[in-house]
Amino acid sequence: MPSKVEGWKDEVYGNEIREHLMEFAEQGWESIPEDEQDAWFERFKWWGLYHQRSGQESYFMMRIGTPNGVIKPGQLEVIGEVAKEYATGPVDNPEFGEAYCDWTTRQSIQLHWIKIEDIPEIFEKLEAVGLGTQQACGDSWRNIVGCPVAGKDKHEHVDAWSVAEDLHETFKGNDDYANLPRKWKVAIAGCDEGCGQGDINDLAFEPAEKDGEIGFNVRIGGGLSRKEPRLARDIDVWVPPEQAADVAHGMSALFRDHGDREDRFNARIKFLMDEWGPEKMRSVLQEDYVDFELATAGEDMRDQYSYNTGSQDGHNDHVGIHEQKDGNYYVGLNVLVGRMGADDVLELAELADEYGSGEVRLTQRQNIIVTDVPEENLDEFTSEPLLENYSPEPSPFMRGSIACTGTEYCSLSIVETKNRQVRYARWLKDNVELPEDHEDFHIHLSGCTASCAQPQIADVSLRGMKTRKDGEPVEALDIGLGGGLGDDPRFADWVEMRVPADEVPGAIKNLVNNFKDAREGGETFRDFVEDRDEETLAEMVEPEETDYDDPYMHNTKMTWYPYAEDDDMQSSPAPTNAAGESLPSDD
Amino acid sequence: MTTDVHQLDDGAWISVNDSREVNVSDLWLLARSDFCGCETTDFLAEGFVKVGVDYPDIQARIAGQCIACGESGVTDWLTVGRVVDPDSGEFYGVVHESVHFPEKRTRLSHSRE
Ligand code: HEM
Ligand code: SF4
Ligand SMILES: [Zn+2]
Repeated sequence: MPSKVEGWKDEVYGNEIREHLMEFAEQGWESIPEDEQDAWFERFKWWGLYHQRSGQESYFMMRIGTPNGVIKPGQLEVIGEVAKEYATGPVDNPEFGEAYCDWTTRQSIQLHWIKIEDIPEIFEKLEAVGLGTQQACGDSWRNIVGCPVAGKDKHEHVDAWSVAEDLHETFKGNDDYANLPRKWKVAIAGCDEGCGQGDINDLAFEPAEKDGEIGFNVRIGGGLSRKEPRLARDIDVWVPPEQAADVAHGMSALFRDHGDREDRFNARIKFLMDEWGPEKMRSVLQEDYVDFELATAGEDMRDQYSYNTGSQDGHNDHVGIHEQKDGNYYVGLNVLVGRMGADDVLELAELADEYGSGEVRLTQRQNIIVTDVPEENLDEFTSEPLLENYSPEPSPFMRGSIACTGTEYCSLSIVETKNRQVRYARWLKDNVELPEDHEDFHIHLSGCTASCAQPQIADVSLRGMKTRKDGEPVEALDIGLGGGLGDDPRFADWVEMRVPADEVPGAIKNLVNNFKDAREGGETFRDFVEDRDEETLAEMVEPEETDYDDPYMHNTKMTWYPYAEDDDMQSSPAPTNAAGESLPSDD
Repeated sequence: MTTDVHQLDDGAWISVNDSREVNVSDLWLLARSDFCGCETTDFLAEGFVKVGVDYPDIQARIAGQCIACGESGVTDWLTVGRVVDPDSGEFYGVVHESVHFPEKRTRLSHSRE
């Protein structure tokens, strides 16, 4: 039997949702019939709107997908303005203030506290500059991720940006693929550094050479969610750039027709890959979904990959000042946990205009890059006061931090994430010294097993849990070690479970010190972990209370908003009307 | 009116008659279950895998973990609340901190993913 959600999708889905959304927006929140709310909220995701968690009814998270992280000149200012005007809730966030933008691990933008009544105005502003929310969530072709400096990078062998842009145009709003069994995530890169992170996407195009021509090898079925992480598997196919779209058509049609529509937990293509294996995947693609002979895989560049590898040389991220192939520079700025105040966004938009071309790009490490800065502007740009907080030369603990949405807004979450990770990073910066040869040390915090912060591919992986301390339930984290991508990608080993959240900084401090004592020669942290068994590693973690103070130990998910003075669920103002005034709730 | 129950947002919560009623991240105490070796399982709910109605009970199988011993898996059917009067459709949630007894066998009138 098709799932409930499939039934709703059969009735209305894809582009046509928009007119209903606009009508509800016109008539206000209360016009959505109570017994249709579940169905409409499921559908609204396709247009980038995700109903916030329990206690925050009538408020939406809104996601704007970018192609490949590219934010063109003029767009950042509009993003900042929309955030400032519409993304404010009943209570400020103590670290980030009233309005802010989240740069996400898939090069998208998330705003919160959006009211449905504001959607027509917001869409008009975004669409006027070529931005949009279409297919940002839901069972659709999501935004394409890739090397964020595609088209500019000296390490690029084939211009992936033009292919990414073509895929973006082709599959956005395309009715043939509007109703997929589940989300469909695509990555592309043309550089030899591996910054597309194709291994954790449903469909990956990776640079490869065949008969003297550079094109892409194709991998299928990566993903991290639900304690079922998978690396994308090689299906032995190479395509030239001009046929990438044909293979993308074929693969997403294959997924549309063969993905599991009865069980959403089994729907992602990684599970079909488990069932079929790469040979069958290839042969079904060849026989039923493309009308030309697929070439076998070319010679890839995976042995040169450095991105998120822990190798300590080459690009592990895009932070810092780097020369582009046109002689200008790109300046990668660190944004701690990916969240940037709306005023800062507006200021950065001005600076990007003044010193660069006005273009910026988002990375899969929740950071932002200002591109096209001429050499003579570098000194002045990097001495701007704004860059003290968004530094191109941050502490490794600031630089390596990634955190997901967590209990602040997300219904799946178990623990508080972003504000906690901000406090972790500050404490670690002040109290822990990495070995001198370690500039990169990635700590990823996910509030649950969905793994939006990509914890399994970090040096230190943190995942939301609970435990009891003196009999009382407190927020806790599982700690994993040694994950990373590259030629030989590896998911973290979970070595120490259910560590109370206030003991995690102490645990990381002890771990780093033990690593410094026990490492042999120039062993990197990642190699160190790989060469030792779980028991040895677990002993090195040693959770410990320190002077680090964690204000989120109580069960923040049981509050209506973790940072409200009166955070009791019963005190929630939601649902509210367009003006933010409380409405009677149904129970 | 028939009672309409489903899990949504990847198992984050249970909807009963289009109202968000039961959420992940709560701790449930499970007794006489063979979920783990503990006498009572101190169970963290991480996701609703299946939901169903066994009038008047609303039941669910929940993915999660015992936070005392670390065993993880999916529970047998647990009653998470009741809809006593199908006409009003009003849902009464159980107190998840009190002790619960998962059932192996069930006479579910219907169940969904
Ligand atoms: C309201 C907040 C969010 C919710 C409810 C949510 C939900 C989920 C869920 C359910 C999964 C597992 C997906 C699956 O089974 O396919 C997932 C995975 C993921 N999400 Fe989110 N997510 C949220 C925010 C984010 C953010 C901020 C990003 C960045 C764009 C993000 C990116 C990802 C990534 C990269 C993964 C893991 C990789 C994978 O398996 O594809 N999510 N999210
Ligand atoms: S990892 Fe879990 S808690 Fe974090 S945003 Fe994703 S679904 Fe929410
Ligand atoms: Zn147990």
